[in-house]
Amino acid sequence: MSSHPFPAGPVPSHRGRAIPLVGADIDTDRIIPARFLKCVTFEGLADGAFADDRTERAGAHPFDRDEHRGASVLVVNSNFGCGSSREHAPQALMRWGIRAVIGESFAEIFFGNCLALGIPCLTADPLHVAELQQAIAADPGAELYLDLEALQVELESEFVGANRWPVHLDPGPQRMLVSGQWDGTSQLVAHDGELKATAARLPYLNGFSRL
Amino acid sequence: MQANSGGGQVSSGTLYDKVWDLHKVAELPGGGTQLFIGLHLIHEVTSPQAFAALRDLGLSVRHPERTVATVDHIVPTTSQARPFADPLAEEMLATLEANCTAHGIVLHGIGSGRQGIVHVIAPELGLTQPGMTVACGDSHTSTHGAFGAIAFGIGTSQVRDVLASQSLAMNKLRVRRILVEGDLPRGVFAKDLILHIIRTLGVKGGVGHAYEFAGSTIEALSMEERMTLCNMAIEGGARVGYCNPDAITFAYLQGRPFAPTGDAWERAMAWWSSLASGPEAVFDDEVRFDAATIAPTVTWGITPGQGIGVDEAVPTPEQLDPEERPIAEEAYRYMDLLPGAPIAGLPVDVCFIGSCTNGRLSDLRAAAAIARGRQVAPGVRAFVVPGSEQVAVAAEAEGLDAVFREAGFEWREPGCSMCLAMNPDRLEGRQISASSSNRNFKGRQGSASGRTLLMSPAMVAAAAVSGAVTDVRTLSPAEVSATALR
Repeated sequence: MSSHPFPAGPVPSHRGRAIPLVGADIDTDRIIPARFLKCVTFEGLADGAFADDRTERAGAHPFDRDEHRGASVLVVNSNFGCGSSREHAPQALMRWGIRAVIGESFAEIFFGNCLALGIPCLTADPLHVAELQQAIAADPGAELYLDLEALQVELESEFVGANRWPVHLDPGPQRMLVSGQWDGTSQLVAHDGELKATAARLPYLNGFSRL
Repeated sequence: MQANSGGGQVSSGTLYDKVWDLHKVAELPGGGTQLFIGLHLIHEVTSPQAFAALRDLGLSVRHPERTVATVDHIVPTTSQARPFADPLAEEMLATLEANCTAHGIVLHGIGSGRQGIVHVIAPELGLTQPGMTVACGDSHTSTHGAFGAIAFGIGTSQVRDVLASQSLAMNKLRVRRILVEGDLPRGVFAKDLILHIIRTLGVKGGVGHAYEFAGSTIEALSMEERMTLCNMAIEGGARVGYCNPDAITFAYLQGRPFAPTGDAWERAMAWWSSLASGPEAVFDDEVRFDAATIAPTVTWGITPGQGIGVDEAVPTPEQLDPEERPIAEEAYRYMDLLPGAPIAGLPVDVCFIGSCTNGRLSDLRAAAAIARGRQVAPGVRAFVVPGSEQVAVAAEAEGLDAVFREAGFEWREPGCSMCLAMNPDRLEGRQISASSSNRNFKGRQGSASGRTLLMSPAMVAAAAVSGAVTDVRTLSPAEVSATALR
């Protein structure tokens, strides 16, 4: 687990060591098996992160390897976080220490759940993801510098050399993270006048609602 | 299948566009659109932290009358007496009860006559209606799209946002029309259709899209079949799936507890009718399917996209796209299946009929038509979990419980049960289940090495009585025809 504090305020960049987690379609049941969802707070979830995959791999899972201890960036392949909408998945990753995810593609609900926690999910070309995963595996001690404004990731390695790759994030989420407006409850609550106006024009709230 | 790209044109005139525009509250400075949520459904798993966050922020529930609660994921299906044997399950339900009481939210609890899986009860109570936006902290919220609602799963932070503001920050999706024409063959159900669609378009094919299901096949489906179809849109990556509302939709809704009545019913129908995607609607793209070519479909692997016709063999790596090969290799190992092996005849240990995908009355009728007069094969554990208390009552009134019991199935109390195994119903060790649920992920059904084969309820019943994956079409024609529900 890393010692980074939970995200708060603007997230213009992140620096930290990374974990390559190879495989497509890693679903949220694998990130946090359902038995760990029996809880009324998110607090204890770190221990459940990839619990069954880690047992299956008996110490060889990247989350159990000494060289990745304290890492805070996860580098994944395609459709990461598919399946269940459980926010317990990014909560478990966040509490384990993950502060950013780079991957080929993400499932939509997972992406949104991460955004709501201030955790950027950045996409990159599959070839670049593979290069990045290989470079991290070759030098797990190297730090990644993720620049959310310039949308690039740089690996600072004494062994495999410095390298940088472009990453992508849609302008909306990028603006939200960089400006610190990713936790939007207050914005939504502030538009109460507009909310009332919307409710007033919805036929099902005006004439035939029985709720 | 034929693909026809619309060349990235802006969609106009689809049901999705109309409902989206009507629910727009504001454009947000941080990006995204603030969207009004017409119906918010909550349950015990994804709401407690949202209520806690609301308290931390000092906020109240903005529209408690538009949030409706039930308990489904953690409820035992053998005895539902309180307190539950599992103290964690009991704490989750007690927390939900306390939160609903504190905020004035209606909870359809155990024994109310209205409890059940959230995606079963909201439609059967008439809460889900065309033209609404529906959100719930559960990915299978896409189910409600069957009514021509825009319905999607959300995480717990978003549950907090809906509680606080009756709205969400959302980005607009592209709309893909999935046009299905022709009659589904005998023994082929909505479940087979959606497994076939996901098999074809892939588990991430729908990311960034709403799927509009249209065409003569869809128009002929019952509401329960449309719910099965939309339920699994998310398994194809599409957060939203919907069908246009029509006479079948209205007939289903009429007379339900929360459906409009009298003059209001007439006004509602007129408005609902106006929402359907018109001939002028432009879709971002379109994919066509021919219903007549679809077979009873079974998943062999560890994603819902790894499906094959029951008369096919497990695909070999050479038959797959290169990018699908690594997950196929993982699936061969996990499932202990050889490439090229037939799926029919594969022995099963457990048979589960239920879930938000296939736990409704018509699903139980289809399974009972196969179970009637037969016996569950020796060594197989088979159980039926109705989707709701109302489904259970209706099934019992028809004697379906007796049909199942006489055939050797257990008849249980309503809940999500072994779909995700948050209650005591689970696989043991490397057991293989034939399951009418929606996910065959590694470990999904409660054992880290348990294996799941997804299929229709009739196919699960056929597997139960045969002890192995069996083509339901090979059973006697009269019985298979009796599973046809329209």
